[in-house]
Amino acid sequence: MVSFLRFFINGISLGSVYAIIALGYTMVYGIAKMLNFAHGDVIMVGAYIAFCAMSYLNLPPLLAVLCAMVVCTCLGVVIEGLAYRPLRQAAKLAVLITAIGVSYLLQNTALLIWSSNPKVFPSVFNVGQIRLFDGNLVISSETILTIVANIVIMIALTLFTSRTKMGKAMRAVSEDRGAAELMGINVNRTISLTFAIGSALAAIAGVLLCSSYPTLQPTTGSMPGIKAFTAAVFGGIGSIPGAMIGGLLLGIIEILGKAYISTELGDALVFAVLIVVLLFKPAGLLGKPIREKV
Amino acid sequence: MNTNSKAPLLKVDDIHVYYGSIHAIKGISFEVNEGEIVTLIGANGAGKSTTLNTVSGLLKPRLGMISFNGESIVGMGASRIVAKGMALCPEGRRVFQQMTVRENLEMGGFTRPADEIPASLEDVFKRFPRLKEREKQVAGTLSGGEQQMLAMGRALMSKPKLLMLDEPSMGLAPILVEQIFDIIKELHGAGVTILLVEQNAQMALSIADRAYVLGTGKITISGNAADVLADDRVRAAYLGG
Ligand SMILES: Nc1ncnc2c1ncn2[C@@H]1O[C@H](COP(=O)(O)OP(=O)(O)OP(=O)(O)O)[C@@H](O)[C@H]1O
Ligand SMILES: [Mg+2]
Repeated sequence: MVSFLRFFINGISLGSVYAIIALGYTMVYGIAKMLNFAHGDVIMVGAYIAFCAMSYLNLPPLLAVLCAMVVCTCLGVVIEGLAYRPLRQAAKLAVLITAIGVSYLLQNTALLIWSSNPKVFPSVFNVGQIRLFDGNLVISSETILTIVANIVIMIALTLFTSRTKMGKAMRAVSEDRGAAELMGINVNRTISLTFAIGSALAAIAGVLLCSSYPTLQPTTGSMPGIKAFTAAVFGGIGSIPGAMIGGLLLGIIEILGKAYISTELGDALVFAVLIVVLLFKPAGLLGKPIREKV
Repeated sequence: MNTNSKAPLLKVDDIHVYYGSIHAIKGISFEVNEGEIVTLIGANGAGKSTTLNTVSGLLKPRLGMISFNGESIVGMGASRIVAKGMALCPEGRRVFQQMTVRENLEMGGFTRPADEIPASLEDVFKRFPRLKEREKQVAGTLSGGEQQMLAMGRALMSKPKLLMLDEPSMGLAPILVEQIFDIIKELHGAGVTILLVEQNAQMALSIADRAYVLGTGKITISGNAADVLADDRVRAAYLGG
């Protein structure tokens, strides 16, 4: 029972990281109607920036995270402006291939700068732990921090999209780009803002991920990226609460699957569940059925 | 006639619009003077919506000039044109289905300073009391007539000098059509210049000052609404004899 609880909490923690990454996929998909496959690699860049800020510049962890967020925000906006914006009217396939190209570009650039030797991410957020059940259940501060960060981000984003003018404009653009333009909303600027927010969140996710799984290399972002993308689809791509639920479920299924079924099959299990969900709910758990425009 | 005393509010001069290789608008010109109701009628696929979408900046003409209030607006982009005082209430309404009535109206006022929004909201609610009752309801659950009122209210939130309406009576019951036309007349009375595209040519011509008839991509007939209404060709083609 205690070990189940431990796995469950670890699942929530891993799922929280997936959820934060999935938000980037889902927001960009909702507004730009594209899959930004380079999103996973922005996570990796964020983690490297935080690593360098702490290890080489000796900055305090919070400042390092802030650096990573600033760099990733700029990176996201630049990627959108240079790679995706010229393709706004192009075929979906061209955009998808470009996104895959950007993903490799980021990985290879990271390879060039930081080499393929894994870096060990400092355990900066390890400030203690909570012991329960006579020390049988240990919850690390990283775990708590990750879960709290996820909750704070979710509340902040929900307030942003429901209360602020720019947040509402984002929802308007995601529903009907043309109608949003007719309202006077600058669509390009709104899409840039979405990439900025998604990329800043990717930086946070990168740091949180590497705090719990400290091996950092240029491919670090790939697998979490793919899983978070799965989580976004799982919850209903385009839906912010969907990303949250999808991410959490995915993390829990993955950890419990690895613990009780098979370590090797843990990842496959994740995708099997996705397939089953999509069979019954093709738009994902919270997704809206796609309406064809007349 | 002293139309020369003042430049037209909207002047469209020989525009050509393409969808890829399809030449949808083949050189049309028209004007709307301040204070007028002008209607653009024509068969399905004639290019009425394409014309309004081009004027509003959603589409770019390949050739030709469009000026609003004496300023060229070709290539300016829809979001900047709105701020100049032109609003389009698009075909099919296109309200934001997942946003509430109030949020839709707020989006309509996107280009206006925040402190002017409450007063404009009040104005719209006074004109459309039904929207006030539905303020917190999600737009997708409104009836067709309510959605049309929302679309018009949303367009009014930008305080346009020129309001363009693309088939506002589409799919509405006769009594609602009547109501929509009454509202258009009221808005006109309140000083809004109107460019109206309608299937219901009879009603559009009966409230308009002037009219243009669009054939496939070209203007075939134009003149005072009363004259166009009496034109045999128009009667035969659009008014059922
Ligand atoms: N997105 C598009 N891509 C290609 N062709 C289009 C597109 N939109 C319109 N067209 C074509 O341009 C022409 C004019 O269409 P438009 O929608 O402007 O007509 P309309 O006069 O508004 O018709 P309706 O009364 O049915 O609304 C039509 O032949 C139509 O097929
Ligand atoms: Mg039309």
